[in-house]
Amino acid sequence: MIKVNASTTQHACRIRDLKKEYVLKSETVRALRGVTFDVPAGDYVAIMGPSGSGKSTLLNMLGCLDQPSSGELFLGEDNVAQMTDDELADVRSRRIGFVFQSYNLIQQLTVVENIQVPLFYQGRLGPKEQARCLELAQMVGLKDRLSHRPTQLSGGQQQRVAIARSLVNDPYFILADEPTGNLDSRTTEEILQLFQRLNDEGRTIILVTHEDEVSKRAKRVVRLKDGLVQWDRTNTEEVRAQAAKYAIDNMPVEV
Amino acid sequence: MVIWLRTIQLGIKSLWLHPLRSLLTVLGIFIGVASVIWLLAISKGIGDEARKQIESLGADTIIIRSMKPPTEKLSPSGVTPYGLTREEFAMLIETIPTIRGALPIREIRRQFQYADRVIDGRLVGCTPEYADVTKLKVQRGHFITDSENSNYANSCVLAANVADDLFPVEDPIGKRIYMPESTDYYNVVGILEPKMASAAIGGSLSSQDFSRDIYIPIKTLQQRIGDTVTTRRGGSFEGEILELNQITVRVAQVSDVKRTAELIEQALASHDRLEDIAVVVPLELLEQARTTQAMFMIFMGMIAAISLLVGGIGIMNIMLATVTERTREIGIRRALGAKRADIVRQFLVETSVLSIVGGVTGILFGLLCGPIINLARYAAEWYSPETMRQLPEVIQTVQPQILPESIPIAFYISLAVGILFGIYPAMRAAKMNPIEALRHE
Repeated sequence: MIKVNASTTQHACRIRDLKKEYVLKSETVRALRGVTFDVPAGDYVAIMGPSGSGKSTLLNMLGCLDQPSSGELFLGEDNVAQMTDDELADVRSRRIGFVFQSYNLIQQLTVVENIQVPLFYQGRLGPKEQARCLELAQMVGLKDRLSHRPTQLSGGQQQRVAIARSLVNDPYFILADEPTGNLDSRTTEEILQLFQRLNDEGRTIILVTHEDEVSKRAKRVVRLKDGLVQWDRTNTEEVRAQAAKYAIDNMPVEV
Repeated sequence: MVIWLRTIQLGIKSLWLHPLRSLLTVLGIFIGVASVIWLLAISKGIGDEARKQIESLGADTIIIRSMKPPTEKLSPSGVTPYGLTREEFAMLIETIPTIRGALPIREIRRQFQYADRVIDGRLVGCTPEYADVTKLKVQRGHFITDSENSNYANSCVLAANVADDLFPVEDPIGKRIYMPESTDYYNVVGILEPKMASAAIGGSLSSQDFSRDIYIPIKTLQQRIGDTVTTRRGGSFEGEILELNQITVRVAQVSDVKRTAELIEQALASHDRLEDIAVVVPLELLEQARTTQAMFMIFMGMIAAISLLVGGIGIMNIMLATVTERTREIGIRRALGAKRADIVRQFLVETSVLSIVGGVTGILFGLLCGPIINLARYAAEWYSPETMRQLPEVIQTVQPQILPESIPIAFYISLAVGILFGIYPAMRAAKMNPIEALRHE
C-alpha cells in the first residue's frame, strides 16, 4: 500500500554527543550536555523527561529547526549539525514528518491541501502526488472530509490530518511532540492505535511525551534529565499490551 | 512555474479570507493609479486647449496691435491720432527682409441694415490673406479678392451669424447691405462658416469674437470711411483717428520669428511715444504655454505620486499586520520545509496581487476619465445650471486627454509600490525563528 522508505538506511537517525547552549542575559544555559543514542529504522521511541530536562531542545534538533552547539546528528547518512538554513529546510521537507500537540494545520487550506504542504515546497504537485494525498486521507479515515477546513473538524480529526501530512513525504521518521496532549482519552487511544499501526507497517516514530501511559505504548523509552540521558529502556511486549488494555478498560463509557 | 501559479492561487485565497481589508488596501492603490491618469489627462487637456488657441494665431506670425493710449498721454482738447499708420506698415515690409507677408487690419464698430433689420457689428477692413491667416472658411461665394481691394470695390463678406440675422429667409449673396452711420451700400459676395471666438491670451491679446463681423477690402474702407471715425455711444459722440488697428506679419521661417519681432520693436520704437502699440509673438506665448503645461503636469504628477505613496504605505501597514497575525502559519510552513525565499515569495505575491488588482482597476477607471467628467458636467447642468454657468470656463469645457504613456507608467509604478512596500513585511516574515513562530498564539 504505502511504500516505506526506511530501507535506504539502517538508522533513521543517530545522535552523537549532542550539546546545546543558550546565552540568556550573560548566563549560559546548558540545555543539552552531550546526548548520544541511535534510533534504528522501524523503532518506536518515546522521549520523556521533566520540564527543563532538554526534551524540547532535543526535539528542535531532531526536527532540524535548530542547530546544536556541538556534536553530530545524522539523519540517514547526512550530518545535519552544520547545515545551512536552506539545506535544513530541504531536509525538513523530505525526511521528517512533524506531528504537533496543537495540530498546526493551516487554517485557510482544506484537508487535502494541508496534507500536500510538504510536497508543495519540494515542487511536487503532479497528479501522482494528488493521488497519494487522497490515499493518505483515506488511510486516516477522512476520505469524506477532503474539502473541509480545520475549523470544521474535531481535535482528533485534525490530528489525523496532521499524521497524514507527516507521512506524505515518506519521511525517515515521524517526530511527534505531545501528539495527544490536547485530546481526550478516547481520541488519544485512536491516535495511539494509529501510531501503533504505522509502526507495525515499518514506520519509525519518535514521540515526545510526559505521560507515562503514552510512553508505555512505545517500544523504547529514552528519559532525559538535566540535559543528559538518564536511562534508555526497552518496553517489553507485556508492558505495552498491559498499557493498551488499561487504556481501553478505563475509557469512559459512551452515553 | 507551477509553484508560482500555486503561490498566486494561495495568495488570492489568503487575501479572500479578509475581503474588506483587502478591498480597502486595493482602494489605496486604485485611487493612486486613477489619480495619476486623471490628473495627467486633465492637465494635458487644459494645456492643449490653451496651446490650440495660440497655435490658431500661427506660430510663424507676429501681431502688432494698436492700443488706446492711456488718458494722461492724450491732449485734453480735440482728438489725438494714435496707433499704427500705413506708412509704418510700408516701412516694415520694406526694411525687414525676413517678413514674408503683412496684413493690415482696420476694425470699426458699425450698424448694418437690410430692409428693416438692423444689427450692431464690426466692420473689418482687410486684405484677401486675412481669411487664410485667421483660418476663416468660406461657406458660399468668395472672400475679398485682390482685384476688389485694388479697385476699391464695395464688396463685403458676412460672418455666419450676421448672415443669419440680416437674412433669415433670403439668400444674402448679391444683396446690398446699408450702413446708416456712413450712408453707404455694400454688395454681399460671400458668407463664412461659423467660427468659435478666440480666447484672450494673457493680458496681451483680448478675445476675438468673429461672429458679428463684416469684411470689406481695406482700401475701400480707407476711401469711403477714412481714418477719422465718430461713433455714437449713449448719446455722446466719440472720435477716433486711427489708420490701422492691427498688422499681422508672417515670417518666412519659424526660426526667424524672434529676431523679426525684435527688429519690429526697434523699428517702431520711435513711434511708441504714446504707448499705443503692442507686439504679440504667438510663438513666445506658445513656448510659455508649453512650459506652463509641463510645470502643471509635473505638479499634478507629484500629487498623484503622493497618493500612490499613501497607497503603498497602506499595503505595507496591512502586510505587517498580516505577517504578525500569521506568525503561526509561517512557523508551520517553515517546519514543513519552506525556505526563507518561499516565505518571501508568498508574501510578495500577496502584495503584488493587491497592487496589480488596484493598478488594473485604477487604469480602467482612469480610462473612463472623459465620459465621467462629461457625465458629471451633465448632472451638474441638470441639477443647477446657474452654478454651472458661474464656474470658470475651463471647468465647463475642458476635455481630458489621456496620455498613452501614463497607463504603463501608472501600472509599473503601482507594481513597484506594491513590491517595494511588500519587501519589508515579507523579509520580516522570513526572518522569523520557526521555533518561536510555532509557539506564537
